[in-house]
Amino acid sequence: MTVAAGIVESAHPLLDVEHLTMRFGGLVAIDDVSFAAAPSDITAIIGPNGAGKTTVFNCLTGFYRPTVGRLTLRRNGQEHLLERMEGHHIAQAGVARTFQNIRLFSQMSVLENLIVAQHNKLMGASGFTVLGLIGMRSYSDAEAEAVELAKYWLEKTELVERADDDAGNLAYGQQRRLEIARAMCTEPALLCLDEPAAGLNPRESAELEDLLLFIRDTHDVGILLIEHDMSVVMEISDHIVVLDYGQKIADGTPEEIRKDPAVIRAYLGEEGK
Amino acid sequence: MRAALKESGLASLVMLALMALMVGVRIADVPGGLEIQWRYADVIAALVSVFFGRLGLILMREGRPMSMAVVGGVVSVVLLVLLVIAPISDAEPHWARAALPFSGYVVNVLLLIVLAALSLRAVAIMRRGPISAPSQASESVMDRISASVQEYSRYIVPFLLAAAILFPFTPLADRQMVDIAILVVTYVMLGWGLNIVVGLAGLLDLGYVAFYAVGAYAYALLATEMGLGFWLCLPFAGMMAALAGVILGFPVLRLRGDYLAIVTLGFGEMIRIILLNWYEVTNGPDGISGIPRPTFFGLPFVRSPAEGVESFHSFFGMTYAPIDRIIFLYYVILVMALITNQFTLRIRKLPVGRAWEALREDETASQSLGINPRNTKLTAFGIGAMFGGFAGSFFATRQGFISPESFTFIESAVILAIVVLGGMGSQIGVVLAAILLIGLPEIFRELQEFRMLAFGAAMVLIMIWRPRGLLAFRAPTIRLFGNGTGKR
Repeated sequence: MTVAAGIVESAHPLLDVEHLTMRFGGLVAIDDVSFAAAPSDITAIIGPNGAGKTTVFNCLTGFYRPTVGRLTLRRNGQEHLLERMEGHHIAQAGVARTFQNIRLFSQMSVLENLIVAQHNKLMGASGFTVLGLIGMRSYSDAEAEAVELAKYWLEKTELVERADDDAGNLAYGQQRRLEIARAMCTEPALLCLDEPAAGLNPRESAELEDLLLFIRDTHDVGILLIEHDMSVVMEISDHIVVLDYGQKIADGTPEEIRKDPAVIRAYLGEEGK
Repeated sequence: MRAALKESGLASLVMLALMALMVGVRIADVPGGLEIQWRYADVIAALVSVFFGRLGLILMREGRPMSMAVVGGVVSVVLLVLLVIAPISDAEPHWARAALPFSGYVVNVLLLIVLAALSLRAVAIMRRGPISAPSQASESVMDRISASVQEYSRYIVPFLLAAAILFPFTPLADRQMVDIAILVVTYVMLGWGLNIVVGLAGLLDLGYVAFYAVGAYAYALLATEMGLGFWLCLPFAGMMAALAGVILGFPVLRLRGDYLAIVTLGFGEMIRIILLNWYEVTNGPDGISGIPRPTFFGLPFVRSPAEGVESFHSFFGMTYAPIDRIIFLYYVILVMALITNQFTLRIRKLPVGRAWEALREDETASQSLGINPRNTKLTAFGIGAMFGGFAGSFFATRQGFISPESFTFIESAVILAIVVLGGMGSQIGVVLAAILLIGLPEIFRELQEFRMLAFGAAMVLIMIWRPRGLLAFRAPTIRLFGNGTGKR
């Protein structure tokens, strides 16, 4: 992996966020934030509570429509303007996400959660239901393939034994991993993780770090990470963006961020106050 | 002890306040007009039973079940003897009848059932010590039962199917029973259809009867105005209903839960009111009559067919029997219901079906996985409505006459009750609930007004005892281990 310093200037980042502004009535949640995420990089977004991190995610994944700004995703030479697209089209374009408060399909089995994630692929194979209803071979083949992909990610997240259990019955840490596995089953170009280490014990956090590094290195997926656990952030990030009160206050490698006076001020308060 | 007496007294006071007028006053038909009759004896009997029933319950709760077991047991036996001796009708006076606490025979039977159950419970407590958390215990028992029903469905389903197919040839099947069976199977089909919308997609639809009505009117109008046959109209009626479903779907896409329920309820009423007022087309409150009956591949079920048409009985060389047509109708609806069932079971394992369930679980997460919530919901509404439309056409051809009166809100409520009581998403549960809610009240018509009382009581009990429905159990649609077929 390249070190992140030069990546902001690289000509074709995976994701370009330009002048993103989000207002809710009079409240400015994000104020003119610009940054870029390189392909196959882990980009962390950090900041104190209420800094607007999750709002950035919600704009990226189509849950909010940004007031101002342009969000460009580049994949296979194509440019997708995310700010104009609906949520499910954004997911189809290659942005997958997990949620701060885990959102699994808790009454469906673990395997089903991963199969649902491959909906669009399977929908085509089932001839938009018609061919599947009459039991065409092509659909059962596609389903078997989908199960293989699901199995691959279950192995990576160490959930194979629980495949047929209800997702709601998994332990907390397992649910977090399953959410990542589900997002990866959509075969994304950009994986957005909203506090994946929240509530994990140190051993689980370490496993999570390994999983994220594995995803970055072998699957050519850019990762956008919101995280409060600074040890995780500093350990695995290639590039860090710091937000405070909706504004970007710093942008750089972990070493640069560690020394940045603005960041220290935001986190620890100003000296002498 | 004083507190117990006080609580029992309060309970009977509450009973008095709530029920005194309902029980104590009766408007009777006497020669020369109506007359109010006072039934003091019943009020006093109710007060006494509530007081002592409550006292017994309190004592049981405090671990002193002895008195309840003894007194309850003795009174139960006395009641039973009296009930056996007493004649059911109160046409002529009888000493045993007079000795019963309540004037209505059925009420005494209910009292006996409750009392006997309480005494048995008290005996059980005496033998095993207090039962802890009774509701949870029964819950888990029912869970185990429903899980094993699912597990053995491979054996239960063929048995039920054979019973359903052979039913018209059993000695039970007289004209009335086959009619009831047709009604039950119609509701089973409606339940299975609504199950797609409510059970799978999780969209609470209180106006399902609207699609039933659209299907019925589509067939009735096509048949009477254009002279088309049942089988030709059936797909068209289904399409019309599906279209109505999609039209309903559009405005309610963003609504969830209560709001969705209110709008669908309104939609159901709108359809009924349109049918009532669009006189030129639907003939308004007068309804449509003379709807043609379905034929068996062109062979009508009539004693003396029109010139040049051969009837069913002469073609097969049988003597004419009016019940043949009813049995034929029974098989028509049975086949239609089974098609609905198979369709649902299959579509559950297809991407659409899984997307419906995912939407039910979490719409936001589904969207983040690339599922289009709009299209997915619309297909659920459309397909669910289509089966409602099929059932509606059958209703029209069976009745031969339809009017907006057949499509009131209560029908939607009953269909929804079947789905909810059966256990959302459970196919066998719907059958069970339809038999309970439609079949039994029809069979026990003699009980008159107590029928609806029992219906309500059953609903309340099931909601307390099994809030997720009688047979709520969801099997995964695909398994990594074991057989990949996924059982129903």
